[in-house]
Amino acid sequence: MPLAALPPLAAALFSVLAIASLLLSFVMLGSRWLKQYLYAFAAESWMIAGISAAVAFFDHVPELYLIAGLTVAFRGLMLPWLIWRMIGRLTIDREFHEIVQPASGLVIGALFVVFALAVSYRIAGALSVKPGVAVLALTVMLAMMLIGFLLLAVRREAISQILGLLVLENGIFLGSQILVPGMPLLFELVVLFDLLVLIACFGVLVAYLQTHAGTTSARDLKRLVG
Amino acid sequence: MPGALLLAVTASPLAAAILCLAARQPRLSEGLNLAAAIVSFTAALPLPFLIGAPPALFCDGYVILDRAAAWVTLCSAIVYLLASIYAVGYMRLLDEDNRLFGFYALFAGFGCTILVAPVMNHIALYWIAIELTTLVSTFLVAFERAAESIEAAWKYIIVVSAGISLALLGTLLLYWSGSFVLGPSYTMTWAAMSGAAARLNPLLVMLSFLLALVGYGSKVGLAPMHTWLPDAHSEGPAPVSAMLSGALLNTAMIGIVRFLGIARAAGLGRAPGLALVGFGALSLFIAGLFIVRQQGVKRLMAYSSVEHMGVMALGFGFGGPLGIAGALYHMLNHSLNKSLMFFGAGNMMRAYGTKDIAAITGVLRYFPVQGVLWLAGAVAITGAPPFGLFLSEFTIMRAGLQPSFAWAVYLMAALLIVIFIGFLNHFRHMYYSRSDGSTGAPARRLSAWCAVPMWLALAPVLVLGVWWPGAIWNYLAAIAPSLSAGMP
Repeated sequence: MPLAALPPLAAALFSVLAIASLLLSFVMLGSRWLKQYLYAFAAESWMIAGISAAVAFFDHVPELYLIAGLTVAFRGLMLPWLIWRMIGRLTIDREFHEIVQPASGLVIGALFVVFALAVSYRIAGALSVKPGVAVLALTVMLAMMLIGFLLLAVRREAISQILGLLVLENGIFLGSQILVPGMPLLFELVVLFDLLVLIACFGVLVAYLQTHAGTTSARDLKRLVG
Repeated sequence: MPGALLLAVTASPLAAAILCLAARQPRLSEGLNLAAAIVSFTAALPLPFLIGAPPALFCDGYVILDRAAAWVTLCSAIVYLLASIYAVGYMRLLDEDNRLFGFYALFAGFGCTILVAPVMNHIALYWIAIELTTLVSTFLVAFERAAESIEAAWKYIIVVSAGISLALLGTLLLYWSGSFVLGPSYTMTWAAMSGAAARLNPLLVMLSFLLALVGYGSKVGLAPMHTWLPDAHSEGPAPVSAMLSGALLNTAMIGIVRFLGIARAAGLGRAPGLALVGFGALSLFIAGLFIVRQQGVKRLMAYSSVEHMGVMALGFGFGGPLGIAGALYHMLNHSLNKSLMFFGAGNMMRAYGTKDIAAITGVLRYFPVQGVLWLAGAVAITGAPPFGLFLSEFTIMRAGLQPSFAWAVYLMAALLIVIFIGFLNHFRHMYYSRSDGSTGAPARRLSAWCAVPMWLALAPVLVLGVWWPGAIWNYLAAIAPSLSAGMP
C-alpha cells in the first residue's frame, strides 16, 4: 500500500488539504447566502484538485495530474459558473426558511465529524491499517457525505439542494483520490462528465420549476402526498 | 452470435433516439421508436437460450452477458416494446405533436440506458449506467410540464441522485477492500469481486453491501427510500410509468442482487440476506398501508410496484434455488402485469379526464372489453391464481419456509391478503358503484393502439400462470448458485 510509506511532508500536505475541504463544507453549513455556498464549493473543488495533484506527485501516478486538471476545469470552474448563472437568473439569493438555523447546523455538523471519526477508527482497526492519512481521508469523506445529506435535508432552495448533492460527490471524490489512487482513470473521467450532465439537467429543471411551479423552494413542493 | 444480438438490442434504441432528434417529425419518430423496440425485443428474445453456464464477455470484458443479465434484458425489452406500442396511441391524446419528437428521442434513449445497465461488467460502469437512466427519465417524468410533473421530476432526481451516491460510496469501499488483496490497481468486475470475496475483509464488504443496498434500493423503490416513486410514476405519461415500473426497477434490482452475491461469497452468513428481507418486508408493509387508503389511480399502481419490489427483495433475500428462481420469475410476471395496469390506468385517466379513483365509475359499462382486461390484470397483480404472479409469489413463500425467515413469510402472507382486499376494493368502486351524477360518462374514445398492448401483456401472464415451462425453471434455477455461494 502506498499509504503506509508516505513521506511526512506528503502526509502533512494531504492532511491540510483534506481538512481544508472539510472546513469549507462547514462554511456552506454556516451560511445562508447562495453565492457563499457556491464560492465555498468552488474552493473545495480546488482543494480536491490539489489532493489529486499531490497524490500524482508523491505516489507517481501521472494520470492523476490529468484528473487534477479536469477537476479544476469541471468542478472548480465550469460547475460553479453554471450554477452562478442559475443564481443570476433567479430572483432569490439567500435561504429564508431553514429547518435548522445555521448555528445549530454547525453543531450537528461537528457531531457528524465525531461520528465519522469513530466509524473510521473502527474500519481502520478491522483492517489493521495504521491511524494516519487513511483514517483522516475516511473521516473527511464520511463527514462530508453526512454534511451533504444534512444540507439536502435542511435547506429548501433548489440551488442549495444541488450544492448539497455536489458536496456529497466531492466527499466521495476526495476519499477516492487518497484511498484508491489506482482506481481506473476511465471511471473518474466518466464521473466528471456525468456530473456535468447532472448539472445541465438541474439547470433545465430549475427553469421549469420557476416558470411552471412558480417557485424554486422545495417548501412549496407539496402538491403530491399520500 | 450473442454479441451481434446484444449490439442490436442496445444500439437500435440509441439509433432511434438520434434519428428522432434529426427528423423532428412526430409521426416519423413514433415509427422509429416502435421499430427500435421491435428490433430490441426480437434480438433479446433468443438471448437466454444462447447463453450457457460460462458468461459471454465483450468489449475487453467491459460487457458481460450471463444468464441473469440476459433475463433482465429480456424483461426490459418486453416492457420497452409494449410501452412503445402503447405510446403511439397514448401520446396522440396529449395534443403535443410539436414536442413529440423530443419525447420519443428521450424515450428511446431511456430504453437504451435501461438495456445497457444490466450487461455492465464493471461495477463502477454499472453505477454510471444507473445514473444515466435517472438523468434521461427525469425529463420524461417532467414531459407534461404541469406543476405536479415538475415537482415529481425534482423529487425524483434529488432523492435518487442522493441515494445512488451511497451506492458509489459502497463501490468505492469495495474497491478499497479489494486493493488489499488484488493490488492497488485492478479491474473491478462482478466476477473478480465474487472470486476474491472470501479473502476480503468481511466488515468492509458488509459495509459496502449495505451502502449499495440502500443506494440502489432508493432506485428500486424499497421502503423507506421509495418516496420519489409514487410521485414520478403517477405524474409521468402512462408509457413512461410502465417503463419506470416494469423495466427500470428491475435494472436497479439486479445491482443489489449482484452485490448480494459478492456479500454471500464473502462468507457473511445470513446477515446480507436478512438485510434485504428486512427492506422487503418494510416495503410490503408501507405499500399495504398506502394501497388501502389510496385516492389516485396511478399512485395506486405505483404503490403496487413498491409492494412487488418488496416481494422480489424477499425472494432474493431468502436465497436458494427456490427464492432466486421465484424472484426472477416474479420479475418477468411483474413487468408484464404492471405494464398492463399502467396502460389501463392511463386509458381511464384520459377517458374520464381525472386521476381520482372516486371520479371514475362504471368502467365496465363504457369499456366492456378493456374493462375486463384491466380487471383481469388487477386480479393478477394482487397475486390471485391462475396468473403468473400467484406462482412466483407462492414459490418465494416456499423458499422462505426455513426457521430463520418464517416470520417474514407469515408477514408477507398477511400483507398480501391486506393488499388483495385493499387493491380490489378500489376496483370494485370503479367498476360497480353507481355514479352519483357528479361524474358523467367518459369524454373520449380510445384507439386500438391503447388496447392491443393490454392484450399482449395479459396473455403471457395467464400462460405463465398455468404453465411454468421446465426450460425456464431450469434456466432460473441455474442462476441461483452464482448468487448464493457460501450460503449456510
